[in-house]
Amino acid sequence: MRLVNFVPIGTRIDFMRFRRYALMFSAVMCALSIALFAVRGLNFGIDFRGGILIEVRTQGPADIGALRGKLEGLGLGAQLQGFGADTDVLIRIQRQDEGEGAQEAVVKRVRDALGSGVEYRRVESVGPKVSGELIEAGTEAVILALLAMLIYIWFRFEWQFGVGGVVALAHDVILTIGVFAALGLEFNLTTVAAILTIAGYSINDTVVVYDRVRENLRKYKTMPLDDLLNLSLNETLSRTILTSGTTLIAVFSLYIFGGPVISGFSFAMIWGICVGTYSSIYIATPLLIHMNLRRSGVAEDGGETRTAES
Amino acid sequence: MVYIARWKVVLILLLSILGLAFATPNALKREVADALPAWLPHKQVSLGLDLQGGSYLLIEVKVEDAIRERLNSLIDSIRDALTPRGGRIGYTGLQRIQNGATVTIRNEADVSRARELLRSATQGFDFESDGRRFVIRPTEQMTREWRSAVVEQSLEIIRRRIDELGLREPDIQRQGQDRILVQLPGVGNPQEIKDIIGKTAKMTFHLLDESASQQDVAGGRVPPGTVLMPSDSEIGPDGKPVMYPVRTRVMVSGETLVDAQPTIEQGRPVVSFRFDSLGARRFGDATRRNVGKPFAIVLDNKVISAPVIREPILGGNGIISGNFTTESARHLSLLLRSGALPVPLTFVEERTVGPGLGADSIRAGAIACIIGLVAVVVFMGLVYGLFGVFANIALFVNLASILALLSVLQATLTLPGIAGIVLTIGMAVDANVLIFERIREEQRAGRTPISAMDAGYQRAFSTIIDANLTTLIAGILLYIFGSGPVRGFAVTLSIGIVTSMFSAIMLTRLMTVHWLRRMKPKVLPI
Repeated sequence: MRLVNFVPIGTRIDFMRFRRYALMFSAVMCALSIALFAVRGLNFGIDFRGGILIEVRTQGPADIGALRGKLEGLGLGAQLQGFGADTDVLIRIQRQDEGEGAQEAVVKRVRDALGSGVEYRRVESVGPKVSGELIEAGTEAVILALLAMLIYIWFRFEWQFGVGGVVALAHDVILTIGVFAALGLEFNLTTVAAILTIAGYSINDTVVVYDRVRENLRKYKTMPLDDLLNLSLNETLSRTILTSGTTLIAVFSLYIFGGPVISGFSFAMIWGICVGTYSSIYIATPLLIHMNLRRSGVAEDGGETRTAES
Repeated sequence: MVYIARWKVVLILLLSILGLAFATPNALKREVADALPAWLPHKQVSLGLDLQGGSYLLIEVKVEDAIRERLNSLIDSIRDALTPRGGRIGYTGLQRIQNGATVTIRNEADVSRARELLRSATQGFDFESDGRRFVIRPTEQMTREWRSAVVEQSLEIIRRRIDELGLREPDIQRQGQDRILVQLPGVGNPQEIKDIIGKTAKMTFHLLDESASQQDVAGGRVPPGTVLMPSDSEIGPDGKPVMYPVRTRVMVSGETLVDAQPTIEQGRPVVSFRFDSLGARRFGDATRRNVGKPFAIVLDNKVISAPVIREPILGGNGIISGNFTTESARHLSLLLRSGALPVPLTFVEERTVGPGLGADSIRAGAIACIIGLVAVVVFMGLVYGLFGVFANIALFVNLASILALLSVLQATLTLPGIAGIVLTIGMAVDANVLIFERIREEQRAGRTPISAMDAGYQRAFSTIIDANLTTLIAGILLYIFGSGPVRGFAVTLSIGIVTSMFSAIMLTRLMTVHWLRRMKPKVLPI
């Protein structure tokens, strides 16, 4: 049986040639993401903003205008939007801050106002205290993850690898937040779960490359760093493509068939896998050069005195 | 690594079979699985509320109220201590402060006697004195015990109330310092339950103040020792609830009730109640002394009934009649039987998923899983041929093991948890890809089949460990910091990493190595 080979054997792609452009491009993307975050902000879900979320399903196609009319009288500033099927409507109500029992009362009033013609698919109510705690927990988790992975790589490799890995990781997290800010996608707890998973996947990818770099450093003691990194990347290329391939297949399946509830998560994963793969090649690896990775006494400076500029 | 010791082979096969075995109950219908004997694997995966539908209620207990009450009784103790038989000690400024009480003694001469008296009256508390001023505080441990006691008591009362409602498998547990988590599978609308759980239900019996006239009541003027309380159900001509002048002194309190049942009297639903002997005596005394006068039955500072005492009630039995429906009479009886909550409760987080969405989520998750699985299996077969098939078999065992572990540990499977499984499908092959790519490389470099396979497994091993451990770190952190459905994702992701490492390093290796020894090929078909 003929085997399918996605990646030709013995590729010799000169990745490092474009490293300066790639790093600049990445820096721009990061700056853009941070700017979008600062200016547009994230579309926080009720997990972090507090408030009430109700998903209702009507008998026939939903008449959002009529529903809005019924809720207008309550003066709650309810926001309605279609969601998934044309019979489903998402109702969002802002956090009620006058005492903890206020949100409960609001849910009751909404139920009364909408009457019995609607099916309540889900009702979520998060008070101010809990939403504050969830924001804290989410941020702590992401920061701790970055730290833990830095420490782990530091242990297993030299410090330059640790820095490279974490910068690549931070880049992935920033760009993911950026795309959420840009597209206005809902940012809630499952998004944080996606970010942590992306972190894990990205480091996973980076470590595979680093492992090969470390092996080659021992094997080819006199090879210039640029070439050695290129070699390592080419050697791991088929694995990278294949694993990203299978993971993307799985996540695409999740995105298309998994339903609207986790579509935000699936989209984040798709984005994260692509960005994570890119960052392993064009951030984690080139940074090793910029950090003067010395090996067995042969000094490597930033590349200015190398004989051949590729 | 191409030689696997016999005992290891047995162990690997055994674990794989166990994985498959413990996953199979999930293929059976619930009733069938429950009926299996205990020595067979019979546990099914426990579905989260977002998949089976149900309510998640996070309740906060207002412990500050309880602490304030205890500080108030601390103040009472101080007051009593400074008024002993031997003569009252002059003091001033007896009040509650932030987390304790303070008092200042008038005369310098009394200070040492006061210290003695106060010390013995407030044993166990932190005691500070500064000249004539004393500050008495509960210790850290004391405060912790108070908090705990209030939360435990509330939890017990909530449990009693929920038990009476006869719900399917409710899960009630303490969360953190002052919160209680109630999970109710199958409950699509928790409103009624929230009303019952959340109601303090403190019942007291008072006399009404007869000296207050209609105008006084309307104007809001009441003599001391009386307070105006609204009626629970009666609305006056001005559209507002009718107000009653209720004497603050409690005649009998609901703490002494031993039973309450809904019944019908004269065709209308009422609640009949029974006091214990102490309550019965108090009630008997109070009714005997006040025949012909009206009294108020107050629930949570609202008057639910205000009948006239027609004759002394000595037996300790009584009837509360008012504007009851069958439903509300049943609820009130339930509340009285379970006892009053010591402090108010608030619902700080609520997530309810209806059965419709739950079923849809399961279906969506399952479809995504199956399609993902088929796609990956085809992919692996195309790229790696025979070895791809081995990897696929290992993938199936992997998935079965995840299900098996979830079933045995009774960890909850949520929708993000299913996403975690789909993700594992994609990432599990990574270990195999690393190994196979390495073997390919070694073979291309000129090694013999056995040597190539050996080197492949050898070299790839540490990479696999490094890579998977980092994802495991993410999974563990997510478990610690996550809650609810996100935790479910962390669980499946972490379990998935462990099982895929096992299946790639152990099971696939077993199959490939076995095939290699049997077929002794000249070249590895990879």
